[in-house]
Amino acid sequence: MSPLVEIRDLKVEATTDAGRRVEIIKGVSFEIAPGEIVALIGESGSGKTTIALTLLGYTRAGCRIAGGSVSVDGRDMAALSEKERAKVRGVDVAYVPQSAAAAFNPAQRIMDQVIEITRIHQLMPRPAAEAKAVELFKALSLPAPESIGSRYPHQVSGGQLQRLSAAMALIGDPKVVIFDEPTTALDVTTQIEVLRAFKSVMRQSRMAGVYVSHDLAVVAQIADRIVVLKGGEIQEIGTTEQILSAPKHPYTRELLAAFSPVARVAAQAAATASPPPQPVLELDAVSAGYGRLQPNGKPLMLAVDAVSFKLERGRNLGVIGESGCGKSTLARTIAGILPPSSGHIRFDGRPMAPLARDRTPEELRKLQIVFQSADTALNPAQSIEDILGRPLAFYHGLRGPARDARIDRLLDLVHLPRALKHRLPGELSGGQKQRVNLARALAADPELVLCDEITSALDTVVAAAIIELLKELQRELGLSYLFISHDLTTVQAICDEVAVMYRGVKVEQLPADQVGKAGGHPYARLLMSSVPKLDPSWLDTLERDPELVAAFSKR
Amino acid sequence: MNLHLLSLLGGRLLVALLTLLIVSFVVFCATQILPGDVAEVLLGQAATPEAVAGLRAAMHLNDPAILRFFRWLGGMLTGDLGISYANNRPIAELVAGRLGNSLQLAAATALFSVPIALALGITSAMLRGSLYDRSVTMATITVISVPEFMIATAGVLIFAVWLKWLPALSFARDVHSFGEMLRIYAMPVFTLSFVISAQMIRMSRAAVVEALNTPYAEMAQLKGASRPRVVLRHALPNALGPIVNAVALSLSYLLGGVIIVETIFNYPGIAKLMVDAVATRDLPLIQSCAMIFCVVYLLLITTADVIAILSNPKLR
Repeated sequence: MSPLVEIRDLKVEATTDAGRRVEIIKGVSFEIAPGEIVALIGESGSGKTTIALTLLGYTRAGCRIAGGSVSVDGRDMAALSEKERAKVRGVDVAYVPQSAAAAFNPAQRIMDQVIEITRIHQLMPRPAAEAKAVELFKALSLPAPESIGSRYPHQVSGGQLQRLSAAMALIGDPKVVIFDEPTTALDVTTQIEVLRAFKSVMRQSRMAGVYVSHDLAVVAQIADRIVVLKGGEIQEIGTTEQILSAPKHPYTRELLAAFSPVARVAAQAAATASPPPQPVLELDAVSAGYGRLQPNGKPLMLAVDAVSFKLERGRNLGVIGESGCGKSTLARTIAGILPPSSGHIRFDGRPMAPLARDRTPEELRKLQIVFQSADTALNPAQSIEDILGRPLAFYHGLRGPARDARIDRLLDLVHLPRALKHRLPGELSGGQKQRVNLARALAADPELVLCDEITSALDTVVAAAIIELLKELQRELGLSYLFISHDLTTVQAICDEVAVMYRGVKVEQLPADQVGKAGGHPYARLLMSSVPKLDPSWLDTLERDPELVAAFSKR
Repeated sequence: MNLHLLSLLGGRLLVALLTLLIVSFVVFCATQILPGDVAEVLLGQAATPEAVAGLRAAMHLNDPAILRFFRWLGGMLTGDLGISYANNRPIAELVAGRLGNSLQLAAATALFSVPIALALGITSAMLRGSLYDRSVTMATITVISVPEFMIATAGVLIFAVWLKWLPALSFARDVHSFGEMLRIYAMPVFTLSFVISAQMIRMSRAAVVEALNTPYAEMAQLKGASRPRVVLRHALPNALGPIVNAVALSLSYLLGGVIIVETIFNYPGIAKLMVDAVATRDLPLIQSCAMIFCVVYLLLITTADVIAILSNPKLR
């Protein structure tokens, strides 16, 4: 059988702001057979989306196909004119975007957008297209398939939008569908529904697919073959089985290793053999939320509902839960950005003022927060030196050479070269920025660091390195972490105990290795069972208690 | 959902009315603190103190200011704008003709400049970075930086004095034919269009460019949509809010801010009437003109807000 898609020695160039030409795809070749799903996997910047988009003859602004051929069903997309490419898009090759929430036009009804391909290419009359769309909605197990099309994008949930975007791609019966990280923005419990829907539709229609992702476990469920990319070059191509069980290339092994980090050894407990120390942080029925206070003393939108816990010195507590469960609000409340509506926060045994501006400088120094996105947390106009120098001057009154020496030590601590201190945040990579973000918190000499999703925006390999760094810093500086994440494996890698949050309530607090085991809270079990495994048969054999899913899934 | 929309629109209207009330108060106060006593000014230097006192009493000038404010406001609401100090004619009569003239000029300018400006802005957004886009941008910046009296005088010099194609003055000409009307309006309309188009072009270009950079515009392109379809179906509806606001702001200039153009072409509009009123200390006339400008401005801005709200399905 001749391949449906044949990519030969593909080269893509990008023009930098300075006008320099950089080759970002350096001669990539692979092919896709009819009905086959090929996954492109790699970290951000590896060129996986760029390659996938060339199948549509499309490059993002500033990029162009510089060489090679991308033949789809016998036509070279690289050589076609823009008009001819437009004829292929949507009909032969269709695209499922990364963020459906952003890819739907907020001003148009969903149905109009789903059937737009049939209107553009005049494939069928409108009633036929709408009937077909409803069929697809049913196949993708969307609720209310008859009427969901008449809604606007903001009126349906993220998981539903993602499935609707698949319907939008499949309406023109394409030969190849490109999935661009379609589940990355979803919660794990939602991801399963979406993955299942994709898989069954693709199986029935026998379409070929390109699945772009950084998540090996997700790819394992859906792809026949995997292409491992790094820096615009192919590292390894193999069947899913082979890549997972017998990776040849060192980089593939690194990816696999980063996927299953070493769990924090319970031997840490040995350090606490002495009589139970004073908890460094203690929360007593803390509630917080947004909006005006109601007559019963609760805010209009209660985000954190009577959460209590104790965190002992030198120990780590993980807080997990899906988006909207109140975990970030909890961090903001502890940090004093959002005052609690009721309850008390004690630090080192002493009650702390609800708002950061009422706390003593000493309290502020001991409790530092690291935010999720280093991009927005670091001032883009300040050099690394200034960013790190400010807390040093503020908390310790350091100036001149003493300050410089301390900045150098901080950079050493987070394993960044000292020469970086003269650069701006925009000139660093994502992982380097997150290290600076961490170093800024460390500059205060804190006792407790609140880590709010600090690895979520990072690639698996980089995230694993940051987790290692956190462990090392803990050993050297005797820190405690409150580690907030939606990713259970990451939390288990660093925390002694894990608190599971659901709709603002702490449903469970357990030793890290006990989470999701039988006997735990049903939500924790559902959450744990929803985390994709590297086993390719995981999705097909996974059986979830329908009652559990109905009770806790947001849909 | 619909109730929410109604409350949103009601809120906008309420804010507009409140603004109007505050402005009327400020206008009233401002005219009160102008130096000089109205009665003395009216009666001239030879007036006896008794005559002044009598006139003050007749004009209720001895009443507390707040009482006079409410009396004036009540008059405005019932359509009684008062009597002009300068020539004793009802202000409503004075304003009516001038306002009509101004609205005619404004309408002609709007009809001419809004479509052209939007077309230029949207097309240059579509062809971003091209020679066309750059020349439109250059031209708008040039026009913004040239003051309008320069354009107006240059226009008079070239078309009226040298070429003798168009009349230099618009005043006191009876319009008999469509062609004549075109000749009379041509220069004022051109000058005003130059002034107000630049902002509309820049704003509509920026709004469409922003909408074209969104993932849904890219998605439409990846569905095989042509460039015009991406712009008209996907970018433009989402750029409508900022565009109508820019248009409203530009148009609001056409009533109060056209004094230079009206003076140069001697066009009998309302801005000129107000400046004349300042020269003759005709307080009721100044107040009425100021209130008319404010009403028109609020009308335009509120309409733009309502359109922006209605075009957003999240609020609808």
